[in-house]
Amino acid sequence: MWFPRLASDRVLRLRPVEAPFALTIRQNNTERIHCLNARAEAMGLHRAMPFADARAFCPDLHSAPAEPARDARFLAMLRRWATRYAPWVGFEGEDGLVLDITGSAHLFGGEAAMMRDMAARLARAGLTVRLGLGATRGAAWAFARFGEDHGAALDRLPVAALRLAPDTVTALERLGLRTITDLAATPRAPLARRFGPEVLMRLDQALGTRPEQIAPETDPPHYGVRLTLPEPIGLVADVMAGTARLIERLCARLKENAAGARVLCLTLRRVDQASQQVELRLASAMRDPARILPLFERGVGAVDAGYGIDQMRLEAVVVEPLAPEQLGAVPSRNGAGGDRLEDLITRIGTRIGLENIRRFLPADSHIPERGFLVAPAAWSRPEGAWVTLRPRPPVLFSPEPLMGTGPDTGPRPPARFRWRRMSFETARATGPERIAPEWWLEDEGWRTGVRDYWHVQTRQGRRLWLFHTPQAPGWFVQGEFA
Amino acid sequence: MSFAPRFPPPLRKGRVHEACGPGAAGFAAAVCAQGTGPILWIRESWRAETLNPLGLAPFFDPHRLLWASVATQTDALATAEEALKDGAIPLVVIETTAALDLREGRRLQLAAKAGHTTGLCLIPEGMGSNAAETRWYCAPLAGADSTLMRWELIKNKSGTLGTWDVRWDHAARRLDVVPPVGERPGSAPAPG
Repeated sequence: MWFPRLASDRVLRLRPVEAPFALTIRQNNTERIHCLNARAEAMGLHRAMPFADARAFCPDLHSAPAEPARDARFLAMLRRWATRYAPWVGFEGEDGLVLDITGSAHLFGGEAAMMRDMAARLARAGLTVRLGLGATRGAAWAFARFGEDHGAALDRLPVAALRLAPDTVTALERLGLRTITDLAATPRAPLARRFGPEVLMRLDQALGTRPEQIAPETDPPHYGVRLTLPEPIGLVADVMAGTARLIERLCARLKENAAGARVLCLTLRRVDQASQQVELRLASAMRDPARILPLFERGVGAVDAGYGIDQMRLEAVVVEPLAPEQLGAVPSRNGAGGDRLEDLITRIGTRIGLENIRRFLPADSHIPERGFLVAPAAWSRPEGAWVTLRPRPPVLFSPEPLMGTGPDTGPRPPARFRWRRMSFETARATGPERIAPEWWLEDEGWRTGVRDYWHVQTRQGRRLWLFHTPQAPGWFVQGEFA
Repeated sequence: MSFAPRFPPPLRKGRVHEACGPGAAGFAAAVCAQGTGPILWIRESWRAETLNPLGLAPFFDPHRLLWASVATQTDALATAEEALKDGAIPLVVIETTAALDLREGRRLQLAAKAGHTTGLCLIPEGMGSNAAETRWYCAPLAGADSTLMRWELIKNKSGTLGTWDVRWDHAARRLDVVPPVGERPGSAPAPG
């Protein structure tokens, strides 16, 4: 099964365009054509052509940037769909699938009927597909790509149908070996000497003298469970009871795969087909039903049941590996009692947002406001040592200018000043401590150059952290000591 | 003449206390230092001041501190109630910006009782709740020492009021009580 226009078909399915269309990709600083539709090909465009040239050939060309990652996801989706024909489905390159239909063709009324069914369904989905059926994987590959032009006999196909590198194909053609028959009739030893073992390996694989396996992709485990109810329900207790059943099944599946859920999504479908979602973001990966269930209470309580809920679906949207743990063997991230703390963080997080519960982490900087990092507690661990060489105030604010300092105070703190409408007299000043800006980081606040910090004890009692900027004279308050 | 005990009484567990005044943050830091286990500090996100863990490090290990940044005071109170009731965090510090009414204060009080945890509200001056167990007025004090503070117990539901001059010993991570001015060594004896 070869999809010659997989990428552009994917985009055109979402946004049909009745005009030449191409996807562009940036390679070596040039926009090149990655994939294009039939009308664009008819205009004389081809792949790997610079996009600027293509626009010159075809001024009304529509284009969009290529997204190889989404193409790969789309192919994976097609692979999953293709398991309706045969259980063994593998990928063939970036734009093909390979199916082992041994023993399953009769379910669709024979090989020809099966291929007609495939072609019809894919055409209805808007995909260009070329199917090849062969006794071996190599033969199927060859028929899919060259069968339409060269008929149904394997030995008439050109050597390019053997999955060889382009320069090998060119070299073989120069020697006059144009078709597979020519190649098979050539003595093997000189060929192997001239081209290495690959040519003969591909030939044998196509002819079936050497076996080749299809590696079927395993389906990634699916963490979703659902519950359909014969009668609609509406009470919170009933919904929670249903959720309990779902969580139990989901956690059993998570346990089998040594995984833990990080984000859970509970979808409640009402009788009138409207559905409501309850999202639960957990502070750590977990799979313990008894711990997860109470965390849903708040979200479920807020759901409007309307005429009743008749279907519930629970899915673990984000899953992390979570190895089984011996009880009490490994201390939790937050020390003893960490499980309770994480549950609490999750519960608070459902109200104020999980990323708003934060912790401080040390950072390596002399700049006061950059001496620490703020990280969400659910995604960080308390690590690193706190080093304080000089006293720092427990409370920092953005610098506020001092008023009433009098003209030209010089480098020593002013004897009296006003700040936040209060008057202060300096009793004692300790300092200065000079801190230079970090020139490798652009910071608006440090444009004024170096700062001389003073710890000022006022007669009024308050102990302030002042700084002076000698390069642009001025006095500011940045913190207050306890 | 003062009959206050020699040391400021520790904050009772299972209750919510209040602190106000310019030295309230220092008071909270000293209270945090006396316990073990995690601390939840709840403050509203719009406030200009930030906590500086490097400044708190002389009091306690900043890794103990979790900091909840909430949008409104209602969220702050709800978060505090949840945390106090749960009991996983022995000390919850709430910075309020508006007055607490009796209902809100009482709910916090009941939550702290249920979880057997301590709550500490840092309130703007004069905006306390009648439900608070104790209320402290804390102000830095001018003096030779750079950490001298005056803690006044201005409301106490189950005990006497009092005033203490204290200072924080950075090296020993300990609170020292400084005798009142007249009784300090070297000062002249009070006349009469």
